[in-house]
Amino acid sequence: MIQYLNNNSAVVLDALQQHIWLALLPVLLGFAIALPLGYLGVRFTWLYHPLVNTSGVLYSIPSLALFVFLPVLLGTKVLSPINIVVALTIYTVALLARTVADGLRSVDPTVTQAATAMGYRRFRRLIDVELPVALPVILAGLRVATVANISLVSVGALIGVGGLGQLFTRGFQLFYLEPILVGIILSVALAGIADLVIVLIQRAVTPWARFQRGGTA
Amino acid sequence: MITFDDVVKVYPGGSTAVDHLTVELPTGKLTALVGPSGCGKTTSLRMINRMVRPTSGRVLIDGEDVAGQDEAKLRRGIGYVIQHAGLFPHRTVLDNVATVPVLLGKTRREARAAAIGLLERVGLSEEFAKRYPAQLSGGQQQRVGVARALAADPPVMLMDEPFSAVDPVVRGQLHAEFLRLQQDLGKTIALVTHDIDEAIKLGDRVAVLRQGGILAQFGTPQDLLTKPADDFVAEFVGRDRGLRSLSFDSAAALPVRPPAEAPDLVLDDAGRPVAWRSVGDLGGVFQVTDSLRVVTDLAISSPVGIAVRVDADGRADGIVSHHDLADHLVARRRESASA
Repeated sequence: MIQYLNNNSAVVLDALQQHIWLALLPVLLGFAIALPLGYLGVRFTWLYHPLVNTSGVLYSIPSLALFVFLPVLLGTKVLSPINIVVALTIYTVALLARTVADGLRSVDPTVTQAATAMGYRRFRRLIDVELPVALPVILAGLRVATVANISLVSVGALIGVGGLGQLFTRGFQLFYLEPILVGIILSVALAGIADLVIVLIQRAVTPWARFQRGGTA
Repeated sequence: MITFDDVVKVYPGGSTAVDHLTVELPTGKLTALVGPSGCGKTTSLRMINRMVRPTSGRVLIDGEDVAGQDEAKLRRGIGYVIQHAGLFPHRTVLDNVATVPVLLGKTRREARAAAIGLLERVGLSEEFAKRYPAQLSGGQQQRVGVARALAADPPVMLMDEPFSAVDPVVRGQLHAEFLRLQQDLGKTIALVTHDIDEAIKLGDRVAVLRQGGILAQFGTPQDLLTKPADDFVAEFVGRDRGLRSLSFDSAAALPVRPPAEAPDLVLDDAGRPVAWRSVGDLGGVFQVTDSLRVVTDLAISSPVGIAVRVDADGRADGIVSHHDLADHLVARRRESASA
């Protein structure tokens, strides 16, 4: 395996790099879209169930089907990485919109009421009180979305864009175990590191959560 | 002064929470709104800071209709304390207290500096400043809640069952400290409670509300105990009204006999009472500042039926037998009936 890495370091690094941005760009985009969506699901209570149901349906679409179908819908080239980014963004939104809504709903109503009674206007209350208090729940969702995206990118290899997944397809085509092993190890390591980074961020930005009863940190 | 002027609140379902409430909560005094659940006391409270809008009628603070004022600005000028404190879990104790001053435009540094002083005022040492609410006991959280409400020095405070979530011992302490604080600050306070004893203990005035949001009686705690407006109030105020009303009567007006009339009383060289010669234990003494309830208790529990009064130095300066006390109470009752 070491020898494989030595001989193919350029290919592996390339695949790794592609994997990282194919997985993380959709997390960022998805989070940016999910935040307002999740908020709307709480602000207008009638929107909550449609939001949750739509998220569920979107998330249940098989990734391969989405990868194949998106070029038709978007008019992009079949091999364009945009397909992967859009598909994974959809999954991220599906996962995080609900998480954001649930996080905001988890804020103790006495806390929001106290904030209102002290003279917070709605927007500032959201930014200063509700979102920070919902952060542990939201970040937990972000961990799941990030890890899920890192594993889903590999599927993209089946349509020709897939970061480390390309090492799998190559290994299968050549009946050669090494690239498959390297691909597996790197994507697991990548998921582990990404997860760890988010946990560390969570610790740093929500120091108070450690003291909450039954809280996570 | 907080004025309710013919205020009605009907909820969308058609249930009436507050029914033609007209009452004035005097400036600098604590007015307790008390009644069973469903009497509209919390709804009334929340109409003061516009968290609830009246269906009709007006709520005024110092003559100004709250309906015409910007909600957020109005609320920043009104302290608010609720059950379980409602502290922000993600902010330290210090930053919780600094909340309203920061909203009002103070820098965080200024607000924090002032917050330290407030923590001291509510009996929390500086070591609590950096803690998070989840690290505090219920009683400590409630103290922070009071400090947070006081931070911008608002003339008006609203308190919704502020002491109900803590155990009776802590509640007693909080009551005592809060009364001392209020004596210094003289805020105009509306306090909601379902506990008539709390209302009587803390309130300068008490408004008793009945189901459906109807004002049953408004008066001093003593009024409620001695002259309940109707059976509902009498029953709500509860048993031992007569005895409890004595808490509001000072022993100052009580005539005493010279200690020499009780030859059984043993005094030390300085004239301080020590014991009863025949039975031993003295039982206890009262001062002129005590209430008649204290005196009555002493006279009843004394083995010889006599309560001993002492001066500020602890020297015996008078005695009262339970006969004297009974005569005084009867005379007092006659006076108040003819008044």
